[in-house]
Amino acid sequence: MTTTTTSKTPEATDREAAALAGLAVPAPPTLRASVLVEVGLLDRYGRIDSPLGPVVVAWNGLGVVSVDIAGDDGAFEASHLASTGRRAIPSEVPSRLANAIARRLDGDRRVRIRLDLRGHSPFEQDVWRKALEIPRGEVRPYGWIAAEIGRPKAVRAVGTALGHNPVPLVVPCHRVVRSDGSIGQYSLGGPKNKRTILGAEGLDPDAMEDAAKRGERLVGCASTRIVCWPTCRTGRHMLERNRRPFRSLAEAGAAGYRPCKVCRPVAAAA
Amino acid sequence: MDADVRLTTDLADDLDRAFDALVVAHQDRLYTIALRMLGDAGDAEEAAQDALVRAYRALATYESARIRELKLRGWLTTIVLNRCRSVAARRASRGPKPLSIDADQTRPIEAAAPEGAGPSASAERHAARERWATRLKALPASYRTAVVLRHVDGMSYPEAAAVLGRPEGTVKAQVHRGIALLRTMLEAEGRRELEEMTA
Repeated sequence: MTTTTTSKTPEATDREAAALAGLAVPAPPTLRASVLVEVGLLDRYGRIDSPLGPVVVAWNGLGVVSVDIAGDDGAFEASHLASTGRRAIPSEVPSRLANAIARRLDGDRRVRIRLDLRGHSPFEQDVWRKALEIPRGEVRPYGWIAAEIGRPKAVRAVGTALGHNPVPLVVPCHRVVRSDGSIGQYSLGGPKNKRTILGAEGLDPDAMEDAAKRGERLVGCASTRIVCWPTCRTGRHMLERNRRPFRSLAEAGAAGYRPCKVCRPVAAAA
Repeated sequence: MDADVRLTTDLADDLDRAFDALVVAHQDRLYTIALRMLGDAGDAEEAAQDALVRAYRALATYESARIRELKLRGWLTTIVLNRCRSVAARRASRGPKPLSIDADQTRPIEAAAPEGAGPSASAERHAARERWATRLKALPASYRTAVVLRHVDGMSYPEAAAVLGRPEGTVKAQVHRGIALLRTMLEAEGRRELEEMTA
């Protein structure tokens, strides 16, 4: 006689029920952390190379949380907890994220890096978003950001927001200089590192400061009658004999020059 | 107070603070359901993770009152079963996964061996468990789902019926037919073993 599946519907015997209950297994130890990281309740951190040497990157499923100079793991975890309220666990930086950061540092602005900026004010986020627009090898003054985000008088607040940038290198706050033309402070290890990284991007910070001291805040092209920030990429092709330094936008305007539509020099900073 | 009721109260009060407790309380059972539905440890981890992430994102959009009313166990089970369907459909469209060296990288929850039991007893239990897992995997999906919820996860029939959106009688019949099929497989294996021994 064969057992049929429809004539009678058997209950599981104790042995069968026990065997099936025995198929319960514990979740892999990685599951809990993966879930919490993905929803942004726990962060991972790891080291990557940068022009400033090794730096620590922290991230979760929502994006990159912080970038800091590499140091002691314990100290990093403590400061991360204090600043974000979340624990961070050591991990390998995913190659996709490491490559994206490297490409961004190389000046590829097409690469998108998601950022987790929860807990930061909308003003700070506006400042950092605007800093993202500054191309590699160029700098803008604080006043430029203030004017671009529609808060032309908040130059000092822009400087403070850049000082609080949790993701330096990813958000290139090193490309923002003081309105008087001096290099200014840097949140990732101080002004020396700012000079190093600007140098790595092909700029000469000393020459930039010397030019600012001489009053050369803007540069006009005599052939096009367009005036730019000195590091604007459109101005790099101008012949030396066409180069005209200006102290301010007003001075350039009086000389018949119009502001560049790419780097948008503004009256507030010039 | 029932642990899930306490959990839903905590989730309604502060989702971010309480969510880790939800993961700890339900990750083993969600992973088990996914593993027994999909039969692959990697796919199961993906489905369980995805289910918990979706649960968090849904809870983040719910009003507190709605979270308090949730039947957490059934709700999470519904989500993980949906994820299993998606993972299975994707896997089917990509073709079979390459065989792993260790087909089952899992260990039972009650891993402690009884006193006096040696490695061979442990290996035998593992093999027996594997045979049950293989039989379960061979069941038609609707029977397998019902058997997994009722006997592997230990849900009551009303709970399983609510999760599956089927009448309780239908779920009972599916469980019983699943058990009958498992028994048929067991008997066939026994006959084969006997034939091999007497050949």
